[in-house]
Amino acid sequence: MSADVPRSDAAKRGLRLILWAPLVLFLIFLAMFASGLIRPGSRDIPSRMVGKPLPGFALPEGAPGHPPLADAAFRQGQPRLLNVFASWCVPCAAEAPQLLQLARAGVPIDAIAIRDRPQDVAGFLAKWGDPYAAIGSDVDSSVQIAMGSAGVPESFVIDGKGIIRHQHIGAIEPEDVPAILAAVRNAR
Amino acid sequence: MRRTFLTLLLLSAAPAQADSLMPSAALADTQLPDARQEEQATALMETLRCLVCQGQSIADSNAEMAGDMRALVRRRIAAGEKPDDIRTWLIARYGNWVSYDPPLDAVTWPLWAMPVLLIAAGLYLARGRFRRRGR
Repeated sequence: MSADVPRSDAAKRGLRLILWAPLVLFLIFLAMFASGLIRPGSRDIPSRMVGKPLPGFALPEGAPGHPPLADAAFRQGQPRLLNVFASWCVPCAAEAPQLLQLARAGVPIDAIAIRDRPQDVAGFLAKWGDPYAAIGSDVDSSVQIAMGSAGVPESFVIDGKGIIRHQHIGAIEPEDVPAILAAVRNAR
Repeated sequence: MRRTFLTLLLLSAAPAQADSLMPSAALADTQLPDARQEEQATALMETLRCLVCQGQSIADSNAEMAGDMRALVRRRIAAGEKPDDIRTWLIARYGNWVSYDPPLDAVTWPLWAMPVLLIAAGLYLARGRFRRRGR
């Protein structure tokens, strides 16, 4: 049928090129799947609140012996680290030594305990060390959501005017400490 | 020996995502008394993505954070806020990622344009075939 239709040389050449299209498409898909398998995309959801003021909040006491936490604490002129954690969160225990190291380096650290009870937080701090100044208790994650934090642990560097300057998602590993220290310095 | 050791190691490994001991938030699994408000809240929850169990809506997810987000949605609807404003508020915190209702912008326009373009290409191809057969 189509063989009866006489074709020009140009049309034949075009047809020959088009025949390669499925193979090229297939190779493109192959490359996409391979890159997705070899280097899967990050599942982190960064907060859009970085660069914006900390939302207003006043949380009740998160652990006995620690003052409660309100947003006003972050507008005293000095940058502070705000650690979002929970006593039931395993990676939070893993980052405890790094938080202690940061506290020893002179970084003031406050915490928001997510869905937690003061007695459980106290037990967690007794076990893993206590780097915190003030601790607020966020039982329904409402302050966490207002900050654009998508899980525990997360840490935020807040400058002395209450602006969120830096977000660290996940546990602070030993190799992350210099970056956090630099972010605190830059927030000065 | 090594296999036994590895098995023991795997068995003793704690899951990275644990759950808290706290009960779910007040409005996480309780409907609002006003049926119309509850309908609005449910419709919104079905188009908001859970942050922990990525790929489920907060209406479908059992994650604690999804429960807290459902409670947040119901609280705000009950306080008279419009569903679109709540969505905008969440997008301002988590980006478009949190919404299953993507806006039409520079990145997402192919989602709407592709079906039209594909139908146009199909019609063009079909037209060529019919014309040839007609001869």
